[in-house]
Amino acid sequence: MPIEVNGKSFETDEEGYLANINDWEPGVAEVMSKEDDLELTDEHWDIINYLREYYEEYQIAPAVRVLTKAVGKKFGKDKGNSKYLYGLFPYGPAKQACRYAGLPKPTGCV
Amino acid sequence: MSTLHTVNKSPFEKPSLDACLAHVGGGASVLLLEDGVYAATKGTAVEERVKGALDSVKLFVLGPDLMARGLSEDRVIEGISVVDYAGFVDLAAENDKVQAWL
Amino acid sequence: MSETIKKFLYLNRKAPYGTIYAWESLEVVLIGAAFDQDVSLAFMDDGVYQLTKGQDTTGVGMKNFSPTYAALGDYEVKKIFVEKESLDERGLTLDDLQHLVWEDEDDDWAEKDSIRLVSREEMTAIMDDADVVFSF
Repeated sequence: MPIEVNGKSFETDEEGYLANINDWEPGVAEVMSKEDDLELTDEHWDIINYLREYYEEYQIAPAVRVLTKAVGKKFGKDKGNSKYLYGLFPYGPAKQACRYAGLPKPTGCV
Repeated sequence: MSTLHTVNKSPFEKPSLDACLAHVGGGASVLLLEDGVYAATKGTAVEERVKGALDSVKLFVLGPDLMARGLSEDRVIEGISVVDYAGFVDLAAENDKVQAWL
Repeated sequence: MSETIKKFLYLNRKAPYGTIYAWESLEVVLIGAAFDQDVSLAFMDDGVYQLTKGQDTTGVGMKNFSPTYAALGDYEVKKIFVEKESLDERGLTLDDLQHLVWEDEDDDWAEKDSIRLVSREEMTAIMDDADVVFSF
């Protein structure tokens, strides 16, 4: 079920993750979040951009635990907890933030 | 009849290269590919055997498989020619048949 | 919930790309990291080839998973044992391998080496000491 972004069509898998990470553009996150009735703020973008950087460097999507710790280190200790991340992404940072970022589902996340 | 022999197993894991070398000679061509490329590198425990084979066979190694494994061409034993996929095709075409040593 | 911490050792003996073992092992390690056990990785025989620097798979059309080893520190994998004899037999030294580190949160995120070069004898003791050995 491809998604439409700015007149372009993007292939996704059966769970809605982008088929090709290199296809990603910010509009993908905008369209996906709109479908979830979520307004993306700078705080959301911090996480999305961080996830993309992480994937670029390590070729994997980080586990939630790894992401939580990294967010605490990068954006401040008060943000390094799952409450903060689930506040931003109610469906879970892995299922939602990774999907918006165009990443595959994190390894070990079922 | 000329034959291109291919070896795709690591010399440390399987005796495929030894088996191949024991059965070829007279200027036959042997191409190391996939995990077989490790036999082409300098300083290994099998280096002397590989160098010895150069007297009787032409040895080739597939460049893209070296690159994938983080092995630069300057690690390759002198006398072994590095070829790309097009070179692989040329070798296959130049010879009458291809025999794989798995 | 009381749980005994077990010593898990992932034993890696295969070269990357030629077979699927190396990547499978890495995936299992990353998944297993969620279980809060005492995890060690051992690389011996052709397994040491998994850690070589500068892997570039563009020519062979396979996913280059070597950058993922650098993420192991984030997953609390801090003990990576590499057997010296295996490197020697392959004409390799520690300099040919990636420099893998973990960050010590309790020491102002100081980067500490994950890789320890061990002798065959020490590797024997490491395997002996493990409660569970996963072979790849």
